[in-house]
Amino acid sequence: MATQVVMPKLSPTMEEGQLARWLKKEGDKVSMGEPLAEIDTDKATMEMQALSNGVLRKILIDEGQSAPLGQPIAIIGEPDEDISELLKSAGEAKPGKSEAAPEQIPESDAAPAVETKPDEPVPAQAAAEVSSDGKKEPVQTGERVLISPIAARMAAEAGIDFKTIQGSGPGGRIIKKDIETAMSGKRERPSATPGLRPMPRPGEKGVIYGPSAYRDEPVSEMRRTIARRLVTSLGPVPHFFLTIEIDMERAADMRRSINELYPDLKLSINDIIIKVAAVALIQHPHVNASFQDKTVRYYEHADIGVAVATENGLITPIVRAAEMKSLLDIPDEVRELAERARARKLKPEEYTGATFSISNLGMFGIEEFTAVINPPEGAILAVGAMAPKPVVSDNQIEIRQQMRVTMSCDHRVIDGATGAKFLQTFKQIMENPLYLFVG
Amino acid sequence: MSSQPTEQRNRSNSSAAGVLDPPEKRDSSPSQSKELTEDRETLVKIFRQMLLIRRFEEKCAESYSLGKIGGFCHLYIGQEAVGVGSISALREDDYVLTSYREHGQAIAKGITPDAIMAELYGKATGCSRGKGGSMHLFDKDVNFLGGHAIVGGQIPLATGVAFASKYKETDQVTLCFFGEAAVNQGAFHESLNMAQLWKLPCIYICENNMYGMGTSLARAMSFSDVAQKACAYEIASEFVDGMDVLAMRHATERAVKRAREESLPTLLEARTYRYMGHSMSDPGKYRTRAEIEKYQERDPIKMFANKLKEQNVITDADIAGLEKEIKEEVEHAARFADASPLPDPSELYTNVYANPLN
Amino acid sequence: MAVLTMRDALNLALKEELARDSSVFLMGEEVAEYQGAYKVTRGLLEEFGPKRVIDTPITELGFAGLGVGAAMAGLRPIVEFMTFNFSILATDQIINSAAKMLYMSGGQFKIPIVFRGPSGSAYQVSSQHSQALESWYAYFPGLKVVMPSTPADAKGLLKSAIRDDDPVIFMEQERMYGMKGEVPEDEELTIPLGVAEVKREGKDATIVARSLMVPTALKAAEELEKQGILCEVIDPRTIRPLDIDTIVESVKKTNRLVVAEESHAFCGVAAEISAEINERAFDYLDAPVKRVSGVDVPMPYAKNLEQLAIPDVERIIAAVREVSYS
Repeated sequence: MATQVVMPKLSPTMEEGQLARWLKKEGDKVSMGEPLAEIDTDKATMEMQALSNGVLRKILIDEGQSAPLGQPIAIIGEPDEDISELLKSAGEAKPGKSEAAPEQIPESDAAPAVETKPDEPVPAQAAAEVSSDGKKEPVQTGERVLISPIAARMAAEAGIDFKTIQGSGPGGRIIKKDIETAMSGKRERPSATPGLRPMPRPGEKGVIYGPSAYRDEPVSEMRRTIARRLVTSLGPVPHFFLTIEIDMERAADMRRSINELYPDLKLSINDIIIKVAAVALIQHPHVNASFQDKTVRYYEHADIGVAVATENGLITPIVRAAEMKSLLDIPDEVRELAERARARKLKPEEYTGATFSISNLGMFGIEEFTAVINPPEGAILAVGAMAPKPVVSDNQIEIRQQMRVTMSCDHRVIDGATGAKFLQTFKQIMENPLYLFVG
Repeated sequence: MSSQPTEQRNRSNSSAAGVLDPPEKRDSSPSQSKELTEDRETLVKIFRQMLLIRRFEEKCAESYSLGKIGGFCHLYIGQEAVGVGSISALREDDYVLTSYREHGQAIAKGITPDAIMAELYGKATGCSRGKGGSMHLFDKDVNFLGGHAIVGGQIPLATGVAFASKYKETDQVTLCFFGEAAVNQGAFHESLNMAQLWKLPCIYICENNMYGMGTSLARAMSFSDVAQKACAYEIASEFVDGMDVLAMRHATERAVKRAREESLPTLLEARTYRYMGHSMSDPGKYRTRAEIEKYQERDPIKMFANKLKEQNVITDADIAGLEKEIKEEVEHAARFADASPLPDPSELYTNVYANPLN
Repeated sequence: MAVLTMRDALNLALKEELARDSSVFLMGEEVAEYQGAYKVTRGLLEEFGPKRVIDTPITELGFAGLGVGAAMAGLRPIVEFMTFNFSILATDQIINSAAKMLYMSGGQFKIPIVFRGPSGSAYQVSSQHSQALESWYAYFPGLKVVMPSTPADAKGLLKSAIRDDDPVIFMEQERMYGMKGEVPEDEELTIPLGVAEVKREGKDATIVARSLMVPTALKAAEELEKQGILCEVIDPRTIRPLDIDTIVESVKKTNRLVVAEESHAFCGVAAEISAEINERAFDYLDAPVKRVSGVDVPMPYAKNLEQLAIPDVERIIAAVREVSYS
């Protein structure tokens, strides 16, 4: 009886085979066990042996052609036998698999294993949803509050908005004890500045900070497109500008008070701006970042470049990890850097690699201006003069100290809302500078 | 009694057709059978078993190429005389442990072709309930203690089974098969040392088919006279023609007597040849067709058939009848395996522990 | 109750089980005539004879495999490794044969065998003789892994291990052989495998410790109590199967977990416990789970370096304080 020769499985992982060479031609006698053809598998070139006796009546695939497991590739039968039925069924089977093949191929034997985990495709789907949803996530991380799982659960159960709680754990993590304290109401604090995160812990005295550590995150497809398009429309660094007006009454008061306490300190408004900007940057890591072509680099510390005018032009010495430094330290450091800048004695590492810059032209009476970003930094803050201005407050016109700042943003890393949120925080702290002391 | 290896070695003259000659010179020739001493029933049973294994393995090759058998599949074609001859010398309650090339020995020890084929198909009715596959056939009822798939791993196990027989003071004998490549493993040497040290009733049968996968004996063993390695442990040994089923039977009978009556081990080296690749996925590039054909001239089934016909034990008609019977038996096994259910998915988690705690 | 050393408690368990069941036998290097390299098998040869207490050649792969084969044929071997460092030679038989036999035979061949011996650090025996290998063996389904920390547990758990129908890796600690404790005299008293014990109750932090780290953790807990931190100390006793429920319950109460171990942290048992707690008790954690493990180097020889390599009371205290934010 004539039989179909099918593409045999010649290795455990083989799914299809390529016919390397026929060792018999049509009309040749073949006997069981005799080599019939050479097949290239995923592993090796293997001899395929005949599994029946007779004559090789018909070769169905040519040398060099591939066939999936189980597809008929030849017919063996008696010399005078009618093989038309087999030829027909082989022809039907050829485009796909032979009629029996689906059951014969081990993949279908594995079906029960698949059945035991019918939910397999679901996680994949879920993951996709998460990632499409999750696109918002990076933008939101600026507001992430550190809280231990049990503290979060206790807060939710007690209906406490944990964002209003000051965490006492490492890095300001809110821990169980903080929630317990909040629940007992012993040390409940008013949330005068909602949305503000705890102050970074002040650094230890005398610690010398090198350039900030950072993490690089891959640039998303979307971000890459934004970058490409903005560059082509506006130039190498696509700037945009945000301006905000700040009530400086309290900051000015504070400055006065501190200088009364420490007459030698000579704390300037600019020093306060450096500190506030640094603290705000830590709360808005997406602004404390730079575009690195394939990645976006997020810095751990706020290394603030302070623009200093010298005879030779502008230079920006850097206050490293400004958020870790106290208002008692910053004035001296800035003064010392500026002096050395003017004396052209800065070392390269002292003026390269800031994460954010501040340019202040207030002393020249400039009310408002835009500054040019110092690449690869993501933004620069242009600070105008602080001056008394009429302000409407409680339906009354009051004269108060006001200051306008304009931030230039690199649109490849910072979007409008991101920058605006940062400025909001900056304004909040600037207008409530005691925040700097309650962290 | 003697455990002097030299006295145990068989020095009878050989009429082998040259293919038994090892790559290096040996100081002895293989044991071969002479006249028939068995009754007709025994002889026909032995012949039938070899033929059944041959046809069963051919069916396995077909089923593997159809994708019905998965994973690795190592065929016994060409080596039938070793398993059948030696196991025919055992009592039913004796033990057999072997390697992953074990379909033939499993049949010889009494596992049904149905249960073996179902195991190869990964079915619930398989002799290992679909959890072992081709390399791990087990059947407690016939004391077939497994195919083991780490080369040489079964040798210490068999030694332990023999230890248990001695400990329990039964007179059961353990037969342990392995390929010649396993002889290079430490497990072989560690086991032979313990077996002779503690006088264990274990018979070690090295099926020397000349190739460890694709590496020839000459390329793998510095001194390739396996039987002589027994000298290092003062174990009795014999070099046997593994293509001569009665030679295998008689050599094993001598070893069984030594094990059963004196509680002593024996090493048998059976020179044989596998016709097929190491496994079904082996292209066999390391040897020529001419070499295979040379060995096929001394095909164990053909030689035994001729001997039985010469001695008027069976006729061609008898053989044709047996072929028909066996074909049906093998087809039945394939149909049974096909029709059998897959293991229930819950079986995934059973048999991990005998005493699951939680 | 008698006060016994860990060594004598183990010896007593072996003696009682050899006497109870004639299919139990003991084999290993120097277990018989030498009376045991660490004297755990002292007197057993005299009592049970050379058929049941057997000196082996130094041939770990061989006698481990022989033991598994004997178990297949119905015996209940106890195989001693002079130290578990040498069991590395036998891993093929332990992992490929003992752990898988029942499964790949479709339930036909159970392997009731105990592989026992000292594991972990000893005193200044350097890199090849001071290894904690429990995470290796605990990795494999089919094996059970037991590590006692008191003489009473050692006796009760070893008796259970010998009576168990599965291969059990029973890891003793060389430094603890001389440790004394009360041991119940009841011959039928066994301690079930897979059940943890709360060795000390507390509400502020949980310390999970095993083997040598249990007494160390208990000392740390005493110190911490003086500092106002009440620690719960849990000894899982069986590493696989692990009684994670007891640990989860404790973490739900204390919200903090420190796992102390002699072995390396990487891919270790503490890592596993940490992952389990992450999956089962995440919402109860007030601090990240903290591991206190052996440092990630081969064991050095010099005494000072060796001390630095193994967790001590101070490191456990520091870890507990860290998770307690104090």
